[in-house]
Amino acid sequence: MTNGFLAIGRRAINFITRLGSTFMLLLKAIYYFKDIPRSLGQIFEQCFFIGNKSLSLIIITSIFIGAVSAWQAAYQFKFIGAPLRYLGAAVGKAIVIELSPVLSALVIAGRVGAGIAAEIGAMKVTEQVDALESMAISPIRYLIMPRLFASALMIPLLTVFSAFVAIGGALLVSVLFVDISHETFLLGVKNSFKIFDLVSGLIKSTVFGLIIGVVGCHEGYHAEGGARGVGRATTEAVVISAVMIFIADYIIATILFKV
Amino acid sequence: MMDVSIKIENISKSFGKKKVLNGVTLNVNRGESVVIIGQSGCGKSVLLKHLNRLIRPDSGHIYINDQDIAKMQTEELFAIRRKIGMLFQSAALLDSLTVAQNVGLGLKEGWKYSEKEISEIVGDKLEMVGLSGAENMYPSDLSGGMRKRVGLARSISTNPEILLYDEPTTGLDPITSDLINDLMINLREKLNVTSVAVTHDMTSAYKIAGRIVMLYNGKIEYDGTPGQIKNSGNSIVDQFINGRASGPIQVQ
Ligand SMILES: Nc1ncnc2c1ncn2[C@@H]1O[C@H](COP(=O)(O)OP(=O)(O)O)[C@@H](O)[C@H]1O
Ligand SMILES: [Mg+2]
Repeated sequence: MTNGFLAIGRRAINFITRLGSTFMLLLKAIYYFKDIPRSLGQIFEQCFFIGNKSLSLIIITSIFIGAVSAWQAAYQFKFIGAPLRYLGAAVGKAIVIELSPVLSALVIAGRVGAGIAAEIGAMKVTEQVDALESMAISPIRYLIMPRLFASALMIPLLTVFSAFVAIGGALLVSVLFVDISHETFLLGVKNSFKIFDLVSGLIKSTVFGLIIGVVGCHEGYHAEGGARGVGRATTEAVVISAVMIFIADYIIATILFKV
Repeated sequence: MMDVSIKIENISKSFGKKKVLNGVTLNVNRGESVVIIGQSGCGKSVLLKHLNRLIRPDSGHIYINDQDIAKMQTEELFAIRRKIGMLFQSAALLDSLTVAQNVGLGLKEGWKYSEKEISEIVGDKLEMVGLSGAENMYPSDLSGGMRKRVGLARSISTNPEILLYDEPTTGLDPITSDLINDLMINLREKLNVTSVAVTHDMTSAYKIAGRIVMLYNGKIEYDGTPGQIKNSGNSIVDQFINGRASGPIQVQ
């Protein structure tokens, strides 16, 4: 019994220590933002990598996110007898504020976060990170800062793109299966749209981008023990980012939206 | 008076419960070539990585040019690291960069040279290691011996005053090994580079060493010239340099 409690306590301490060291890495990487002008090449490369890896996935997932939310909303509207002309408003808001930021971030965490952890992890266990250190090159500046910056930049962009695609998916379902004209649907989206919604979506997705970048880098940077260690780092990166994304989403919502 | 380049003072290092170094003390004079020998897994790489603080000691001090590197802040440490070149056991070339980019990396990221100067220096260093023309190849296209040579070119690209070699000839054919031996000797003779090499290749050790030091059980077991070590009268040293399975050293 006590052993069980001890084990849980130890795990909790490990997890908190890990969060602390991830946060320290974030601060160190942000310090090297001062070298962004010299690192434009690497940053561009990382942006391309992120876009290239996630674009097709984002398109597919976003269409279906939009489609299913229109379908579900229509079902609820009919159930409570709400007028369907508000469908566009409800679905559009949900997509911009919540669905696109969170779901894109999760998809990207699985793709990009894992990729970052695997790449840096492989460099760590094959002494490439040591080699950088030995040449007086900070791995945090050279490897981590460009990945973190690119991910904080690209994930909001991809989220905006995802929102457009998702609204397209919702529109398609509304017109084809719910019997709403596309004018009605889009007017609903437009009338309910507030700049604040977009800003809050962007704030969220920037935070999610930082989480994906820093967690991927941190897990890779602390990989140990050959190929197996790299595999473990990759899985951990995805799991930890996903959990952190949900937690951050809740915290940001309570700050931005007063109920 | 001898001019001391590297001074290792009673350092100890454990990983978890495992004590790898247990009070190592060693001085290396300027321009000297010291070879560290010892069984696989006895802590040679760990000791070498202490010299540019890729690993920090649990206790003890390491002085490079009389400066204690254990306590240094990043900027100071980087200044010291710029004076030290390191050839890694696995060469540790960056997979994503070409041979030329690997060799020129330290120069480029030091932000002091133009592209043209870098490409000239890279060309010179690659010529020294007999790899002219390999500039645009990627590490994955190279054989083990070629990687080691690119690694060597990279470690000397900034003309360091100290060179650390981790098993420079292990796993190479005898001819390539000898080419690397000659390069190391050349660097010392022409540029008065101080070098510390780790190896268990005794042919190479006898050829390049001014002094051979044997690491055993986390301590320096023996320290002498190649001539002395052959007649040390120390049974541990004898077993190792003559490569015998039975003797005082237990194979784990
Ligand atoms: N980062 C590390 N974490 C844990 N153990 C390590 C680490 N680096 C080295 N060791 C252990 O230290 C011992 C000495 O390793 P090493 O110096 O690489 O041996 P060698 O003499 O063959 O170069 C080995 O048992 C190795 O497992
Ligand atoms: Mg070794």
